[in-house]
Amino acid sequence: MRDVAVVGYAQRQTAQFDGSPTMVEVLVPIFQELYASTGFAKSDIGFWCSGSSDYLAGRSFSFVQSVDAIGALPPVNESHVEMDAAWALYEAWLKIQTGEVDTALVYGFGKASAGTLRRTMSLQLDPLTMTPLWPDTVSIAGLQARLGIDAGLWTERDMAEVAQRSLTDAESNEHAVRKGGSSVEELLARPLYADPLRKHDCSPVTDGAAAIVLAAGDVARRATERPAWITGLTHRIDPLHLGARDLTEAPSVRAAAAGVDLAGVQVAELHAPFSHQELILRRELGLADDVRINPSGGALVSNPLFTGGLNRIGEAARRIWDGSADRALGHATSGPALQQNLLCVMDGSN
Amino acid sequence: MFHFWAMTTSQSRTLSSPVRVSFDYTRSTGPVLGRYLEGLREGIVLAGRTSDGRVITPPLEFDPGTHAATTDLVRVAESGTVTSWTWCPEPVEGQPLDRPFAWALVTLDGATAPMLHALDVASPSEVHTGQRVRIRWAAERQGLVTDVACFEPVDALADGTWPQPADAVPARDAVAADGPGEPTPVAITPVALDYTYAASPEESSFFRGLAEGRIVGQRCPACNKVYVPPRGACPVDGVPTHDEVELAQTGIVTTFCVVNVPFLGQQIKPPYVSAYILLDGADIALQHLILDIPADEIRMGMRVEAVWKPREEWGTTIENISHFRPTGEPDADYDTYKHHL
Repeated sequence: MRDVAVVGYAQRQTAQFDGSPTMVEVLVPIFQELYASTGFAKSDIGFWCSGSSDYLAGRSFSFVQSVDAIGALPPVNESHVEMDAAWALYEAWLKIQTGEVDTALVYGFGKASAGTLRRTMSLQLDPLTMTPLWPDTVSIAGLQARLGIDAGLWTERDMAEVAQRSLTDAESNEHAVRKGGSSVEELLARPLYADPLRKHDCSPVTDGAAAIVLAAGDVARRATERPAWITGLTHRIDPLHLGARDLTEAPSVRAAAAGVDLAGVQVAELHAPFSHQELILRRELGLADDVRINPSGGALVSNPLFTGGLNRIGEAARRIWDGSADRALGHATSGPALQQNLLCVMDGSN
Repeated sequence: MFHFWAMTTSQSRTLSSPVRVSFDYTRSTGPVLGRYLEGLREGIVLAGRTSDGRVITPPLEFDPGTHAATTDLVRVAESGTVTSWTWCPEPVEGQPLDRPFAWALVTLDGATAPMLHALDVASPSEVHTGQRVRIRWAAERQGLVTDVACFEPVDALADGTWPQPADAVPARDAVAADGPGEPTPVAITPVALDYTYAASPEESSFFRGLAEGRIVGQRCPACNKVYVPPRGACPVDGVPTHDEVELAQTGIVTTFCVVNVPFLGQQIKPPYVSAYILLDGADIALQHLILDIPADEIRMGMRVEAVWKPREEWGTTIENISHFRPTGEPDADYDTYKHHL
């Protein structure tokens, strides 16, 4: 295996982006920021891989338009996944492992506010048995949250504690769309929305784009002083059918965790779009009580579709770069109710 | 079908327009879900039995443990118990009920796992975990999951009122030894999504220019190429194209296509010509119609000019230009436009 590290990360997030869903306008400055921070030029990037969705954009082949942001003439080595860009990062990591390239720039973008996000997301469900009912994202999460409450696995107070910590941490994150903690009591006094969820239990609709630069070996060392070496990267998926698994569990998280070494993880950025999902993730990952969870505020304070997961890897990598952690975990999820999960373990030394 | 309303001006930095994207997906259903959907049309609910003894509805097509195709379907009751619920205070288009309702996971009698559907109650105080409910069937059933209109609360079930669970029903044979098995039903599932589609700032300048009778492009500060419509970033250099350039309304046909085939929504009677027109001063061609000349007389290199609709019909749309027509000037030399092909 080649040593591959996260050496660059840049992002933009906003509640409502006043511009084209191709997000070219946002991606151009993100790429410029990454060239500046890594010292790479466009021609130094061996592979480009993006994550986005036409369903979110409301137009066909939206990712082809966004390639303009690269300046892709003469043609570049490029690929795309209709998934969170964390899975584009997986593809890029594999590409580097093949030895064909030494560097990759992974990006994702999405203008979720262009449509009704919770309704649009019904299209990720089974097209014959589920989508015709248009079950929205928030409702599916509400069903999952109540199962855990009824089973005594967590309480509304536990969920409020997650929200309180996330909103408080978001105060120091310039990109957070929602921020400002109050108290667990005050959060619990707020009205229910999708009973048993309150609005602060649900991630806000967020528009955004983000990008990560990967590099191998000495190329990574040239790009940054302290690369975040990827020492474990894996993903697993559960059946789509909501009746086929106990929704209070995430077997795919357990299966993914079995494929990486989580011992000694000091910081974990968990992609939990709903407060109770962080509780499921922590349990399935078996993280120790002293592991710092989501110092960025996590997905509960801003969750741009198609980069919400990539952002977790970027935020975790930043803890390695700034020396505040020697081992960090980035997690990404996709599908309804934590159906699919990716884990990326990064270390300060290789 | 992709429907685009005319762009409308607004106070925002960019122009935007409502867009509805819709498509009626026609899906083959296969031996397991096909039988399940036929069952719904008949007013019965079928479940699949997994290798570890679970009874799940809608049935899984393949066993989650052994990955073998599901062959055993059993009939379950149309009554069941709520295992989880959530309140849906703001229903969205297409959901089973158009007023606030509960979503519920309901384990039907005879099944071991819950199914998802709406529960018709007026407030969250009327639903609870453990509640007994039954299916309310749609007035007309057509072999779709929406044949179950929703669940409704039920206080007690009279003995013998309900079909007994666990009548065995075989899945259809998708493939028999001598070829394809029985045909499985086809389900048509319409999907429609509404968006507010925004143009980029550069595209917005282009459309605003058209509303004033101008054709506006932008120049790349790195390579000096002029793009029309402007596109936000130069596809060669990946830098923003800020410098606005007003283009001539004349140009040359670089390449064209004679449309002979009628299609849904066609505005002009075939044959007619759709062409790439390289406006004088631009580096990328614009697609538009060439009219006022027989289709078989149009040629590469021909000089053309824009023909605008009457000013009172203008909006922020490319349709302000009705078409292009020949100017009568001599054709351009091939060498002058060959690198734009």
